[in-house]
Amino acid sequence: MLKRMSYSSFPEDVLEHVFSFVQSDKDRNAISLVCKSWFEIERWCRRRIFVGNCYAVSPRMVIRRFPDVRSVELKGKPHFADFNLVPEGWGGHVYPWIYAMATGYPCLEEIRLKRMVVTDETLELIAKSFKNFKVLVLSSCEGFSTQGLAAIAANCRNLRELDLRESEVEDLSGNWLSHFPDTCTSLVALNIACLGSEVSFSALERLVGRSPNLRTLRLNRAVPLDKLANLLRRAPQLVELGTGAYSSDLRPEVLSNLAGAFSGCKELKGMSGFWDVVPAYLPAIYPVCSGLTSLNLSYASIQSPDLKLVSQCLNLQRLWVLDYIEDSGLEALAASCKDLQELRVFPSEPFGVEPNVSLTEQGLVCVSEGCPKLESVLYFCRRFSNDALVTIARNRPNMTRFRLCIIEPRTPDYLTHQPLDRGFGAIVEHCKDLRRLSLSGLLTDLVFEYIGTYAKKLEMLSVAFAGESDLGLHHVLSGCESLRKLEIRDCPFGDKALLANAAKLETMRSLWMSSCLVSLEACKLLGQKMPRLNVEVIDERGPLDSRPESFPVEKLYIYRSVAGPRFDMPGFVWNMDEDSALRLS
Amino acid sequence: MEGGSSMNGETRPQLLNLIPKEREWLMMRESGERRHHGSSEEKKLELRLGPPGGEDWSLKDNNNNRERDESLLSLSYFSSMNNNQNNIKNQNNSNGFSFLQFPTSTKTSQTTPQSLPVMGKESSQPCCTKVVDLQSATTAEKKAFSSSPVPAKNTAVSNSSQKRTAPAPVVGWPPIRSFRKNLASTSASKPSTESSPNGVVVSNKSINEKPVEHIRKNMFVKINMDGVPIGRKVDLSAYHSYDKLSTAVDQLFRGLLADSSAGGMVNKQEEEKAITGVLDGSGEYTLVYEDNEGDRMLVGDVPWHMFVSTVKRLRVLKSSEVSALSLGSSKQAKIVA
Repeated sequence: MLKRMSYSSFPEDVLEHVFSFVQSDKDRNAISLVCKSWFEIERWCRRRIFVGNCYAVSPRMVIRRFPDVRSVELKGKPHFADFNLVPEGWGGHVYPWIYAMATGYPCLEEIRLKRMVVTDETLELIAKSFKNFKVLVLSSCEGFSTQGLAAIAANCRNLRELDLRESEVEDLSGNWLSHFPDTCTSLVALNIACLGSEVSFSALERLVGRSPNLRTLRLNRAVPLDKLANLLRRAPQLVELGTGAYSSDLRPEVLSNLAGAFSGCKELKGMSGFWDVVPAYLPAIYPVCSGLTSLNLSYASIQSPDLKLVSQCLNLQRLWVLDYIEDSGLEALAASCKDLQELRVFPSEPFGVEPNVSLTEQGLVCVSEGCPKLESVLYFCRRFSNDALVTIARNRPNMTRFRLCIIEPRTPDYLTHQPLDRGFGAIVEHCKDLRRLSLSGLLTDLVFEYIGTYAKKLEMLSVAFAGESDLGLHHVLSGCESLRKLEIRDCPFGDKALLANAAKLETMRSLWMSSCLVSLEACKLLGQKMPRLNVEVIDERGPLDSRPESFPVEKLYIYRSVAGPRFDMPGFVWNMDEDSALRLS
Repeated sequence: MEGGSSMNGETRPQLLNLIPKEREWLMMRESGERRHHGSSEEKKLELRLGPPGGEDWSLKDNNNNRERDESLLSLSYFSSMNNNQNNIKNQNNSNGFSFLQFPTSTKTSQTTPQSLPVMGKESSQPCCTKVVDLQSATTAEKKAFSSSPVPAKNTAVSNSSQKRTAPAPVVGWPPIRSFRKNLASTSASKPSTESSPNGVVVSNKSINEKPVEHIRKNMFVKINMDGVPIGRKVDLSAYHSYDKLSTAVDQLFRGLLADSSAGGMVNKQEEEKAITGVLDGSGEYTLVYEDNEGDRMLVGDVPWHMFVSTVKRLRVLKSSEVSALSLGSSKQAKIVA
């Protein structure tokens, strides 16, 4: 009783002040559930929102509940869009959001988008609607051109961050950079690595020169190496640098000039870029190696001997690299980089039939032994074994993200020719905090039983070419308590598992299934019985009624939503709500 | 928060968890007891929403390991398939909740593990192959025949004829983003530094020869076909030659074309014709592209790498319409000359 009294005696602004220290979305959500007055106070002082699926809620609803937001993060297409599995024109348009926020949030400062369709019109609307706009991050977005970027550059006077990471931008001209007004000196981060065409170099140089707070600069491939030294001299305060093409006619003065410029960058902690790298120029970065914590060499097609560079970066925490590093390079990495937390090894020839490099499970085993802080792995290779997986699991119980891609689907343990169930089972059993897992290789339903039994904190699971029956999917849906995103392709999972776990789907953000065995009939049933789920069938083979209901649908995307069916479905997407079920039957 | 029908929310799941757990899900392994959550009362209330076939599952329960071994033998497919169908018949008659049941359950019998090896690779091809496969009246036989005797040896799993020679690219696999694929293609075109002891010679060479595609960031181009409403994207870096590209065009559009022309699905395999001769103009369709200068060109006239470095988008046109169009003829003359 006493406690309740004291709660209610807090003046609102005191509570508001207290809440302002609570940063995590989860905690803020919890606060808003305490009582009506906390809900009210909290919603008025929420400044940041994250919407993991832009169709899960409408912009109107968000603005109504949180009237004074400064920072918005939205995600659009399903993750499998990264691999070209989501048809062109599927949706994920951000315009309706920007349109609503233009009037709802005039004080908006930050927009971060992932996998969304952003038009030039949208960018122009952003540029003119938000007076104090500061941060625009477009991650894996598409649909816009350098013209839209010019509008942002010209109108956002206080822009701090412009990050186009991995977006698909139509390159009309490199001239857009010159639209930054001379008064723009606020830039902290600029990432244009995804652009194809040459940017106006003089404009870039001037922009960098007048941005004293610039910490992150990621150039694109069209910026030649001999220009890099000049840029670095203008921005010795850089913390993150993405180089352009790292090649040039080999002239001694370029190398010495570059080495000199790098040695002036005392703060440098992260490097990326290195397109078309010429190994002879790599010594230029030796002066900064010891300070680097993050190194992305995944665009650098250099062979193992030249990758010895990596072992010089003793404080490295994150390394992305091509498989040219080979087992020997990873062994060296394990011996020298004791702080390594994240390792990604990408394939240099993903479509080749035969291995082109000597990279096996052994490399990862070495790193798991040598790097005690390793917790995040993405590893492409051509063979693996249960024993290696068990060893990795025992070595690194602290693993939180483990994604292994054995390139040929359904590859068994190369030693025993057994499925890799036991190995992945060991991963989920030992790594108690595992949040993200991608499976590959030959796998039976057994591995899903292990996952359902042990992976209690798993939030995202990717499955391809695995399992034997509905039981596999059932284990995952019924067992993984924390599962938020599940994506499945080419697995024999069907109606039974899905229908039996219909309630589970409401607790998740989304489920993607393509080339599986879920029938149209089951989709309809699910759509009808679960009104809070949007059950979307994606089928490019033409109208659904041209096939029997018992036929497996091509692609299925299910997500919870409080906004109802979306309005922008293209012709090849069908929502299985009650109306559509009637229409179809 | 919206809707506020929390009570419905509570009951709905029970309505939908309609598969008799005891027999099918939970007896799978003795160690699985922890997953019994439904009380016996709930079980009585449960409706069956799932497709029938329980016997099949419990059979599998009892002989979990044996079943797995059996699945290695293609012959076992028939026996368990028959089993399955019998079960379905029985259950259809006896089940009280037939209104919730799936009227045609034969297709679901394909969820038997035996069908797995076949489904896999084929189903990942763009739609058309799968449709044909499933619709054919002889599906069962086909599967049994093409089903490899040893799924564990994964080289034999998929159509072995295709295997070594031309690994047809599976859409979205391996899971690499497009910009990485592009990188791979350019790096493959670069000379290996292994051959050079100091790397300097090699690097100079690569600079001098620096082909246009090094600057390209994206090897995905859009492709559309006359008479097919849906566009696609193809990753040129995955093909390496005109021949492979034309095979891919056939794979991408054959089914879609049949769909849009036939309107229905009956006898699709008869409706479907291979799309051939797109390169030399001998077929019904011809492949053209728009290059980086916006001109429309015939595919196949310039060397592959030149094509790859200039193509902006692809289009499959009716050959009859191609001749009527003025292609970038002056430019072609230039290239030829």
